[in-house]
Amino acid sequence: MTRLHVDWTRCDGHGACAELVPELLASDEWGFPLSRTGERDPEVPVSLEEHADHAVRSCPLMALRLV
Amino acid sequence: MTTMTLSDTRRLLAAEPMGTLPRLSPDTLLALADDAGLTGRGGAGFPTAIKVRAVTQGRRAPVVVGNAMEGEPLSYKDAVLLTRVPYLVVDGLAIVARALGAHEAVLAVGPEIDPTAAIEAARTRGVQVAHLEGGFVAGQESALVNQLDGRPAIPGDPLVRVTTRGVYGRPTLVLNAETLAQLGLIARHGVAWFREAGLPEDPGTSLFSISGSVEHAGVVEAPRGSLLGDVLASAGPVHPVAVLVGGFHGAWVPATAPATRLTAHDLKPYGAAVGAGVLHVLGHDTCPIRMAAGIAGYLAEESAAQCGPCINGLPRMADALERLADRVPDPGLPSEIDRMRLLVTGRGACAHPDGTARMVASTMRVFADHVSRHLAGHCEIEGGRR
Ligand code: SF4
Ligand code: SF4
Repeated sequence: MTRLHVDWTRCDGHGACAELVPELLASDEWGFPLSRTGERDPEVPVSLEEHADHAVRSCPLMALRLV
Repeated sequence: MTTMTLSDTRRLLAAEPMGTLPRLSPDTLLALADDAGLTGRGGAGFPTAIKVRAVTQGRRAPVVVGNAMEGEPLSYKDAVLLTRVPYLVVDGLAIVARALGAHEAVLAVGPEIDPTAAIEAARTRGVQVAHLEGGFVAGQESALVNQLDGRPAIPGDPLVRVTTRGVYGRPTLVLNAETLAQLGLIARHGVAWFREAGLPEDPGTSLFSISGSVEHAGVVEAPRGSLLGDVLASAGPVHPVAVLVGGFHGAWVPATAPATRLTAHDLKPYGAAVGAGVLHVLGHDTCPIRMAAGIAGYLAEESAAQCGPCINGLPRMADALERLADRVPDPGLPSEIDRMRLLVTGRGACAHPDGTARMVASTMRVFADHVSRHLAGHCEIEGGRR
């Protein structure tokens, strides 16, 4: 099972990730990614793996990882 | 501050120094920790054996760190241990380090604790003492590892466990000072002796730091699973209303529940846990909301300021609580507090936002009547609207 992990020590709240995988991440009022499932590291369904991977590669601070 | 011992449980605070240290194999150490059912005394209450096993998996010799950072302002037990029986902590650390063939054994002592006695005790045991800087979060495992490695004393991403990659990149075992003292005693006296105190599922003794509305604030040693009322009685509570169990990250237990046992099971309904054994008594002359707002404000300041939700959310939550304490007539305050609480939970590198949210949630729940009166502009302790 793959999960999308946010490294909070790196994330700067650019909010780019929430636009790339809106099914998994919203943006909170400060621009930081907010898990839609309420899980700490939201589970990534197979159908969204490609989008999640794109978000991971697009994060300017390398704050996202698939784990 | 005084130290007291419930008469039948003088273990840690009455221990004598030891001559030569027992030499254990890694497997014997593991078996002792496991059979004794020893859990961490630093806050998380994690089984010690599991942590020890984790550092024996790697190929490199581990670093063993004794954690006496004691960043919790209401906790004094590690300070008492390191001044009264420093050899117990040092010997526990040395026994673990030798058994694991450790690369290095370091006792990390926080800024509030005098390290002199520990340095003296460590001289002949191959243990280094590091007197470190630090606030509330500096004792968090990865923050401590970072500081020992010369980086800023802030938590790292939890995906990388210190038991895999810690000090010098080596597997690192961080055990609380009291946990080490307990391990040292178990190595000396055996598992059966350890289990003579406490409960079968939660054996041994613990130190409790008692403060607040009491006649004698201090540190008490008591069997695990003791009644809250019994442990508090030794300090002489004065008009107690509630007890903050577990410190600034803890939760309130009403003083009307003295028959609550200090166990995970009994404390769970209150959202509390024994943690590092902090018991702070709220007296009838203190407004609980004022007190919680003060703690929340302090914790917001103590954020290591690296994770967005923690940086932004904790001050907002503390401000709303402060306005509630001031009886600002805004019926939206409780829902604002709730919203912030949910927004910070689980969204940081460490458990600081979660712990802060836990204390705030408990305040709103246990003192719900008091909250309603504040919203109506009145506080029975502080009076009418300010
Ligand atoms: S793209 Fe990266 S830095 Fe930006 S909000 Fe998402 S995780 Fe944070
Ligand atoms: S959650 Fe808060 S205290 Fe913990 S590392 Fe992040 S900013 Fe620091």
